[in-house]
Amino acid sequence: MVSRGMADRAAGAGTELDHLEALRVMIRIREFEEMCRRLFARGRLPGFVHLYIGQEAVAAGACLALRADDQITSNHRGHGHVIAKGGDPARMFAELLGKADGYCGGKGGSMHIVDFPSGMLGTNGIVGGGIPIATGAAFANQHLGNSRVALSFFGDGATNQGVFFESLNLAALWKLPVIFLAENNQYTEWTRTEDLTVGEITQRAAPFGVPARQVDGNDVTAVHEAVREAAGRARSGDGPSLIECVTYRWHGHNEGEEAFAGRYRPQSEIEEWKARDPIAALESRLLDDGVANAASLDAIHASERGLIEAAYEWASAAPAAPVEDALTDVFSPARP
Amino acid sequence: MGDSYLVTAMRDGLAEAMREDPAVVLFGEDADRSVMGSTRGLIDEFGPDRVRNIPLSEATIVGCGVGAAAAGLRPVIDLMVSSFFYITMDQLANQAAKLRYMSGGQVQLPVVYFAATGGAGSAAAQHSESPHPTFIQQAGLKVVMPSTPSDAKGLMLAAVRDPNPVVYLQEASLGGTRGPVPEGPFEVPLGKATVRREGADVTVVAVGRTVRVALAVAEELHGEGVSVEVIDPRTLHPWDADTVMESVARTGRLVVLDTARQSCGFAAEVIATACTEAFGSLTAAPVRVTAPDVPMPFAPQLERHLAVDEHKVKAAVLRSLA
Repeated sequence: MVSRGMADRAAGAGTELDHLEALRVMIRIREFEEMCRRLFARGRLPGFVHLYIGQEAVAAGACLALRADDQITSNHRGHGHVIAKGGDPARMFAELLGKADGYCGGKGGSMHIVDFPSGMLGTNGIVGGGIPIATGAAFANQHLGNSRVALSFFGDGATNQGVFFESLNLAALWKLPVIFLAENNQYTEWTRTEDLTVGEITQRAAPFGVPARQVDGNDVTAVHEAVREAAGRARSGDGPSLIECVTYRWHGHNEGEEAFAGRYRPQSEIEEWKARDPIAALESRLLDDGVANAASLDAIHASERGLIEAAYEWASAAPAAPVEDALTDVFSPARP
Repeated sequence: MGDSYLVTAMRDGLAEAMREDPAVVLFGEDADRSVMGSTRGLIDEFGPDRVRNIPLSEATIVGCGVGAAAAGLRPVIDLMVSSFFYITMDQLANQAAKLRYMSGGQVQLPVVYFAATGGAGSAAAQHSESPHPTFIQQAGLKVVMPSTPSDAKGLMLAAVRDPNPVVYLQEASLGGTRGPVPEGPFEVPLGKATVRREGADVTVVAVGRTVRVALAVAEELHGEGVSVEVIDPRTLHPWDADTVMESVARTGRLVVLDTARQSCGFAAEVIATACTEAFGSLTAAPVRVTAPDVPMPFAPQLERHLAVDEHKVKAAVLRSLA
C-alpha cells in the first residue's frame, strides 16, 4: 500500500489559502513526527533524526503557496517540507527504516530524502547546502522560461554560511525566481541564535536590494501570504525574496540529545511556545470562523493518524534494501 | 583535420556541445574575455544568456550547477584554476558527487566543471595544484585530463553529453600545445585509455603533461634498445584498468607518472591495482614518479626541481628494467 500523497493536489499557487487543507498538512506532519519520536525512543530508527514539531505552519504555508511543479530544497529538519510538497509518508518511513521502497532505496535516510517528481530536490545534511542548489534550479527555470519558482528552506544557523550571501548576490544580480526562506527556530544546534548571529536576519538582504519580510512562523496564513507574494514577484521577473519565519522547535536539535547536550533551554520558554501551537491556533480560528466544528476537526485528526499509522505499517512490512544496492546509483548509465 | 591549440580545441568541443543542445549553458569566471582561452569567442556565437560571467562565489556557482542540472539544463562551469575547487568542496563533494546516490538514482546531474590545473610558470602553491586524487576519492565525480588537442575536444564533448558530474582538468602548461584535431563533433569516450606508443619491455602509464615526457623518454630509450609502451588513461575516474593490466601482462613492468603528490595519488591506485590484479605478471617492482608531498614552491628552479621530468622518468624506467 502506498498512502495518498499530495502530489496531485490542485495547484493552489496565487490563490487564497485553503485553511482546512493547511490544517490537514500540518496535522499530517505532526503525526509523522510523533511516530518518528516514538520509533526513535524505542530504538527502531537507525541514525539520528531532527523533528519538525512546532514548525509545521512554515512548511504548510509555504508549500501551499507554491505550484506542484515548483521546486524546493530543504535541510536536516526536512520531513515537514517533504510532506508539505506532496511527499508520500509511507515511502518516507520506508526510507527512514532502510527499506528498498524508501524514496532513496535506503541510501539517503532522514537527512537526504529526495522526491524528484514532486519538486523536492533534497533535504540536506549540510547547513546551507541546499541554498545554492535552489538558486541554480531558479536559474534553470528562468533560462527555460517555465515560470517555475524555487524555494530554499534553511534555518537561522544557515544565514551565517557564505553560500547564503553568495546566493543572495547572484540571485539579485540575475533576478532569479528564488525564495530564500529562513526558519528561525531560535537555536543554532544547542546555542541561542542571538549569541551567534548579529542583527536581524531580514537585514541581511538589504545590501543586495532583496525584499525581505519577517513573519510569524506559527501563523500559517501569514507564511502563506508572504510566500505567495514572493512567488508572484519571482514569476513576474522581479527576482528573489527573503522571508524569515519566526518559530520554535519543541524538540531538541536531534532526538536523544539529552544524553550529551545537557539542559540549554528554560522549560518556561518551551511551555510558552507550546502555548502558541500553530495547529491549535489554526483550529481555534477555524472554529471561531465557523469553518469547522469539533467533530470535523476530530475527523481530520483521525484520518491523518490513520494514514500515518497505515504508512508506517506498510513501511515496516516492506522488504529491507538488499545489500548489493549499496554499490548502485553512483553514476547514471543512461543518456537523457 | 587542422592543427589547433589545446585550449582552442577544448573551446571547439564546448562550442559543438552548445550547438547541438540549447540546454548547455556556460558559467565562467571572465567567461566573455576568457583569459585562459578555453571559452574565447563563445559569447559571440551563443550570446550572454548562455555564456555568463560569474561572480567569484565558487561554492555557490558549483551548487548552482547541481540545481540547474537537476532542473533541466546541462551547465558547464569554468572555475579558471583547479586550486579554486577547494573553495567549493561542500558543493562539489557533498552535493554534486552524492546527490544521485543519496536519492537512490532519482536524479541525473549532467554538469561539467573545468579548470586549468598543475604547476606552470611560478604560479606558486595556491595556483599550481593537481587535485585530481581528491576528486577521484569522491566516487560520484568522473575525472578527465586530456594530454592532446584532439582529446581535449573529444573529451569535452563526451563530458558535456555525459549524464553525470564530470571534472575536466586542463593542464595549464599544455594549453599552448598544438596538434591535429578532427573537424566537427566527435567524442573521446570517457573511461577509455589510449596507447600512445606500443612497446614490449615496460608499460609507462602517464597522466596529463607527463605523457609528453614519457614519449620523449620512450624515443630516447628506443635508441638504447628498450621498447617502452606508453598509455594515457585520459579519464582518471573511472579509469581504464583493463587496458593497463593487459599491457602489464605483456611487459611485466610498470612505471606510473603522475603530476599529483605521491600519497594516495593516481599512481598509487594504478600500482596497487597492478599488484593485486596482475601480481603474477610482474617481473619487477612497479615504480612511480610523482610530485613529492610538498606544496608547489614559487621560485622557477624550485618548481622545476619537483617536476616529473625526462631525467626522473628515464631513471625510473631503467630501475624497473634492472
